[in-house]
Formats: sequence, C-alpha cells, structure tokens
Amino acid sequence: MPVITYRDALNQALREEMHNDDRVFLMGEEVGQYNGAYKVSKGLLEEFGEQRVVDTPITELGFAGVGVGAAMVGLRPVIEFMTWNFALLALDQVVNAAAKMLYMSGGQFPMPIVFRGPNGAALQLSAQHSQAWESWLAHIPGLKVVAPGTPYDAKGLLKSSIRDGNPIVFLEGEMLYNTKGEVPEEPYLIPLGKADLKREGSDCSIITSGKMVLVAMNAADQLAKEGIKVDVVDLRTIRPMDTEAIYASVRKTNRAVVVEEGWEICGIGAQVVDFIQRDCFDALDAPVLRVHQADVPMPYAKAIEKAAKPDVPKTIAAVKKVMYLEA
Amino acid sequence: MAPKKKPETNGNAALHKELLHHMLMQRRFEEKVAEAYALGKIGGFCHLYIGQEAVSTGILPLLRDDDYVITTYRDHGQALVRGMSPRSVMAELFGRVDGCSKGKGGSMHLFDRNVNFMGGHGIVGGHVPIAAGFGFAIKYRGGDQVAVCFMGEAAVNNGAFHEALNMAGLWKLPVVFVIENNKYGMGTAESRSSSTKEMYKRGDTYSMANALVDGQDVFAVREAAAAAIERARTSYEATLLEVRTYRFVGHSMSDAVSGTYRTKAELEEYMKRDPINLLKATMTAAGELDDAALQAMEAEIAAVVQDAWDFADASPEPPLEALYEDVLVETASS
Repeated sequence: MPVITYRDALNQALREEMHNDDRVFLMGEEVGQYNGAYKVSKGLLEEFGEQRVVDTPITELGFAGVGVGAAMVGLRPVIEFMTWNFALLALDQVVNAAAKMLYMSGGQFPMPIVFRGPNGAALQLSAQHSQAWESWLAHIPGLKVVAPGTPYDAKGLLKSSIRDGNPIVFLEGEMLYNTKGEVPEEPYLIPLGKADLKREGSDCSIITSGKMVLVAMNAADQLAKEGIKVDVVDLRTIRPMDTEAIYASVRKTNRAVVVEEGWEICGIGAQVVDFIQRDCFDALDAPVLRVHQADVPMPYAKAIEKAAKPDVPKTIAAVKKVMYLEA
Repeated sequence: MAPKKKPETNGNAALHKELLHHMLMQRRFEEKVAEAYALGKIGGFCHLYIGQEAVSTGILPLLRDDDYVITTYRDHGQALVRGMSPRSVMAELFGRVDGCSKGKGGSMHLFDRNVNFMGGHGIVGGHVPIAAGFGFAIKYRGGDQVAVCFMGEAAVNNGAFHEALNMAGLWKLPVVFVIENNKYGMGTAESRSSSTKEMYKRGDTYSMANALVDGQDVFAVREAAAAAIERARTSYEATLLEVRTYRFVGHSMSDAVSGTYRTKAELEEYMKRDPINLLKATMTAAGELDDAALQAMEAEIAAVVQDAWDFADASPEPPLEALYEDVLVETASS
C-alpha cells in the first residue's frame, strides 16, 4: 500500500471529490496560484481552473460568507482557512449563519459546506497562531467537527465531510501535514461520528484526537515496554462524539486519560469526562485525568513552548497516576 | 426549462395598480402585525416596514422567479412582495407550525425556497457576504440570474459589508446591493455613525456602479433598480444603490415611534411623503384611480390580511419533537 503524507492524502481527497462532483469548489487565501500556504491544494488550480480553485483577498468573514451563500443555492464549497486562528473573524458565518440556517429556515436550506484548515499549535508560532479551536466549535449544534490524526483518516474523513451535506468544521494541523502513513489507492470513505481504536490494551484507555494521536501512540509504545498496555481511542470526530467507542474501552480498562491539545477550562476533555462519569461511573477504578495545554497563551521561546504542550512524558505520568503506580 | 419571467403589464394603469396593491398590502399587513404584537400573539423582536414600502415594491416585481432575494430582519414587506403568502408569513410571526419556517425562525427569519427568498437575517451586515455568495454561484454555473441584497444604512460601516462589496467588485458578481437608508441605525442617526454622508459613493471604492435614489418614489426606485438588475444580468456587474427612505414606526416594537432619538416634528415632516400617498396622488391625477377602486382594493386587502390572521391563529404551535428537528440533515449514504 502506498505510504503518503497527510498533506497528500488531503490533496487526493480534494481532487477526487472535485472530479466526482462539479458543485465542489475550493476557496481561500493562497489556495490557487501559491498552491496553498501549506501546499495542501498543490496542483488543483492547474487541474480544475480558476472558477473552482479560488484565491481570495484576506477577508475570512467575507469569503466564509460567500461560501455560505454558495452552499445555500446548491454548490458544495470547501472553504480553507489558512489557520483556524484566522477563522475567529469568520465565526459569525460559521456559527450564526452556517450552523443555524437549516434550523431557523424550518429545514429549507441545508448547508453542505466544509470549513477546513490547520488547528492548534505548531512550532514557535506564538500566541495568536497557536490556538486549538475544537472546544469552541464542538459546542455548537448544527455543526459537525472532525479532527483526523493520520493520513488514512484525513483522506477518508475529508471525502465524507464533503459529501455529508451539513456544515463541517475540519481541523487539520501544520505539524501533521508531513506525517506519513499507509493510504489505499482505491477511493474509500470513513464515516463521521465513528472513533477508531488505534491500539489495544486493557490497563487504561487513552482518549484523544488530531495531533495528539501521535502523542498517545508514542506514549502507548513506551508504556508497553514497561508492561502497561493501553487502548488508544482516536475520536476522529469531536461532534458528534462516538460515546459508544469511549464506553466500550472504559468498561474494559476501568481507567481513562484524555490527551487534548486545547486548554483545560471547558476543553473537549471536560466533555469526555462528563460522558464517562455519567454512563460509566461504576466501571471506573480511578478519576479520569486530562493532559492538556498549560493555561496560558502560547509563548514563543522554545523551551517554555514545549513545556506548555501536552507530550509523551505527561501522558505516561497521567496513565500511571490513574493506575496508582509510581511515576 | 426557461425560468419564468414576470409578465409585462399592458399599459401603465395596470402596472400602477399592481404597485399600489403591493404597497397597501404591506402597510395593512404590518399594521395588523402591530396589533397582534400588542395582543401577545407575536413575541421577541419585530421590525416593521411601515414607510419603506416603495423600496421593496420598486425593486422586487422586476425580478425573475429564479433570481435570489436576501435581506435583514426587517423582512416582512420584502417577503410579501417577493410572493410569500401572507398566511405563511403571519403564521411564522405567530410562531406556528404552518409558518414559512415552521415556527422555528420567527419575524427575523422568514425563508421561502419556493420563491428564492433567502431570509430574513439577524446579524447586521452578516448576510451581505452571503449575497456575494449567490452572485458567485450564479457566475460559477454560467447563469444569468441576479441576487438582490437589502440592508440598512448602518450596515455600510460594518466589516462584512466591505469584504462582500470588495469581492463583488473584484470578481464581478451579479448582485444588486440596496441600502435602505432610513436615517437611523436603531437609535443612532447616520450622522453619528458614518464618516461619509453619501453612502452610495462607497461603491466607487469597490469599482462598482452606484446611485442615490429617492426611496419614497416607487417609480424612481423602479427605474434605478431596472438599470442595476439589467447590468447584473447582462454583464455580471454589481451595483450599490442608496435608497433614501424613512420608517414611520420605531426600530422595533419595543422602540418609541418618536420623541427619543428623533422628534415628532421630523416624523410628521417625513410622513408628508408617505410613499403610498405619493403613488395614489400620481394615479389619481392620471385618472387611474378613483375612490371606488381604492375602496375595493382596501377591502380586498383587508380580507386577505384578516384571512392571514385567522389562518395563523388556527395553526398549532410546533410540537415538542420539532425542537430537535432540522439541526442537521441526514447524510445520504454514498
């Protein structure tokens, strides 16, 4: 099976879906002539032309709204935000327009639109370019929020997102674009709302998504060397969350740790914990712990930025804590 | 299938009667809405179109069925002229299941897919980029439809307005942007919020045709709109129209008619140019309207409005299950 990058997996997904359906178009800053700020859209302008790969001015609110309008009249826009940090400006369109349009029109106007781009921290991008947005957006009924952590998941989930017919928030990662993994040549889809058990073990459940999947998998490898075997539940979709997958794992292991990129307060891990305590209380042998970013804006300097982020040592420490083992 | 075009009326008298009918229908409907609100049948925010009828009436009858219309929360008048049934609008205002949005939207969120009435939006300026999106889609498909976007004058200071007009001018999108300048953004006079008095000239900034229009003169509005619609339809060029009008009521049902941010004297002065009276005067002078005809029209309209009320009142509120409906669509299996 070919081994390709996360970036190329997304590129393939876009290419295939644009071939399959004339209504699909890509719009965003630098997506065309520049081949994409992170090269996700490389070659698409050449293949599909200017009408379908549209370079925009730096106007997130405006072009997100153009996407909403196009979706209202039956096109299927893929709106790229160069980073979800810039999308804050566009949230009126994502939340007040896209998420609510079907409901407030009494079901008349579906919103088949994908808003996608890199989310969360990279390296030394500093406070304004490093925020993780999943918890703001997962709060909103009317949106689906997807966060693939591997090339295989990225391609299948983006294809499904474009076909879904609802407004999708699709969270990628600058640090994920170069990661590699096996991706089949034949087209395939991954359903939204379904987690994936990426590692099996009965000592503890690690529940995670997006960039943190790599952290969790590395932690799992290191823990295995010490004889500790963990489940790694990759949520893949944040909203709707696959609670059945979470519960199946926690009922087996009786212990859970959430590894998430965002901050502590009202982060998505808080929601995972709520689900677990509500429906698996009697299965738990320890409190559920969360590994998340330090409760600060992201600093620039190298060492303290590293200290701010969730990582393998913190994940291992959390697993050992819920197992009541010495650190 | 060729899109349906509104038939040309034979002779001015028939057209004028049609225009008067539209304006009177809006006026009487909105007066009834005010009554309903006072009785508690309508709740929340309710923004009436009284005084501004010539703007919707001057523009919307020129459109084809396959054109798109989008507007603000002051949407009742435009909805009616666009062809939404008074019954479905009143039922929506009453929050009943037979409302156009099944009672889920309310006054600010009238939608009707059947007549391409694309809402009814509550965020000032927020719908303007959406209108640009319609223009984008029209051009994407190589069509000759037009999108008409109404907004208040307070919206022209808003970021979304600038972003949308910039793209419409840059990409040449077939949109007619209509500023309904009624002089007040809620309680704030335009002189206190806009650095430029001549709002239509902002079109120059965006390389867009633009014009100032007397919004109380339905013929002036119609003439300016016809040119703008033609320009969009034939050459994918946008237009910014500033249509100067006035509302004879408060911003919303919870706002005083006058005596706070605008004086009674000012209101009375503007009411001398009630657009309905102006049209009636023109028609009467031309021998196109007499008392009997007017009375007959008023009686017919009164019956339609009462029927809408009765229909709305008889319609049930949405059931509890409706709370959870239409949040997402079912994904078609691929």
